[in-house]
Amino acid sequence: MTNTRVSILGLCAGLLVSAFVVSSRGQNSAPSGRFDYNELRNVPEKARLRNNPVEGDPNSVPVGKKLFRQRCAECHGATGEGGKKAPSLRVEEVQQAAPGALFWILTNGVVRRGMPVWSKLPEPQRWNLVSYIKTLKPTSDGTTRAGAGPP
Amino acid sequence: MNKCRMVGILLLWTWAAQPSHAQESPYLVTYDHYLEEPGNLEVEYFSTLGTQRAGNGFHAYWVELEYGAKAWWTTEFYTDAQSTFGDGTLLTGFRWENRFRPLKREHFINPVAYVEYEQIREADKITKEVEGHDVESDHAESNALARKTLNHELEFKLLLSKTWKGWNVAVNPLATKNLLPSEPWEFGYAMGASRPLALQASPESCNFCRENFIAGVELYGGLGDTESFGLHDTSHYLAAAVAWNLPSAWTIRFSPGFGLNDNSHRLLLRWGLSREFTGFGEQVGRLWKRLP
Repeated sequence: MTNTRVSILGLCAGLLVSAFVVSSRGQNSAPSGRFDYNELRNVPEKARLRNNPVEGDPNSVPVGKKLFRQRCAECHGATGEGGKKAPSLRVEEVQQAAPGALFWILTNGVVRRGMPVWSKLPEPQRWNLVSYIKTLKPTSDGTTRAGAGPP
Repeated sequence: MNKCRMVGILLLWTWAAQPSHAQESPYLVTYDHYLEEPGNLEVEYFSTLGTQRAGNGFHAYWVELEYGAKAWWTTEFYTDAQSTFGDGTLLTGFRWENRFRPLKREHFINPVAYVEYEQIREADKITKEVEGHDVESDHAESNALARKTLNHELEFKLLLSKTWKGWNVAVNPLATKNLLPSEPWEFGYAMGASRPLALQASPESCNFCRENFIAGVELYGGLGDTESFGLHDTSHYLAAAVAWNLPSAWTIRFSPGFGLNDNSHRLLLRWGLSREFTGFGEQVGRLWKRLP
């Protein structure tokens, strides 16, 4: 029995260390090459066709900006320019995507590539984020600046 | 010396690290399907004040370090202690839990697998979960006696959760196995529902905005074990719960829980304080690289 306990404790310790190592490696990897925004193309048609219900609401963009600073800037950069963990949101692929597609990505995340699910944010707040993201201007050189993570 | 340096580095980091705005649920027992954001560390302190018939009341408390290893994997370490009034104070053990999200998208119901290893003394009173035939009288034993038994347990939960129109509903069936072969599997449940007080956010950052408050209710209890499954000789609790998510990345939780039968503590008054930090994984990675 003692051996079993020692094995379990060893396994626990090993997994704990590997959790930190695996995750910290992922976060330190520098952006490499152009990131593809395929996830946006995988959005179901029904979701893509949804209109932004708060579009035109004067509060929507300021609220979205506040939420972006609180929830998204950490990975996507303070102004959506992209970072080590997530790509730019100023690129053509994102700016020309349907609001419903962005909403769907926010709701479902891109879990396997590091973007968490944001369905815990109430629906109006997710739409406010979409409103704000849509106001971000493309990068000045006109190219797509992509990071290592998902949109 | 090395340990001191390590603790010093961690404290310095905690002070200097970038806080992350949290949207924490008010649950203290139930889990929803949301995991920690990858690379973030959440440091949490929780406290349970419990009444005790035929014994002394107690204050049980625990510290949790919750880390988002991946968007689909959260790992968490706890250590807990208790003070029984008129008796004494002791460390009661530690737990290590892992939560895994198997599905990559949101679904009608979202499952998360939960596995926990516990090394806890019989004197443990945090009541983080209720299982098997856990009853109030278990906690009436003196600390001197209860500290002698050390249990090694594995706990498995299936976290089922759904958020719809601002409401979150979560149901967690659980099964626990003491690693002694003679001990049976024990079963229990926890369920909860919660909702922010406002679904719309205000444009300004504010402490007292309604959207910062999430209110909910939890129901949890034991379901017996493999030798006698069912509700007899089990305890059950109903608890109100509220979380206040501050823009400064602090979250305060408060939850009065009430026993629903004679086997339950009459009152479990809980509160908690937590703060989320971004970039912990990155900091550890850098430290790792610097080491020879």
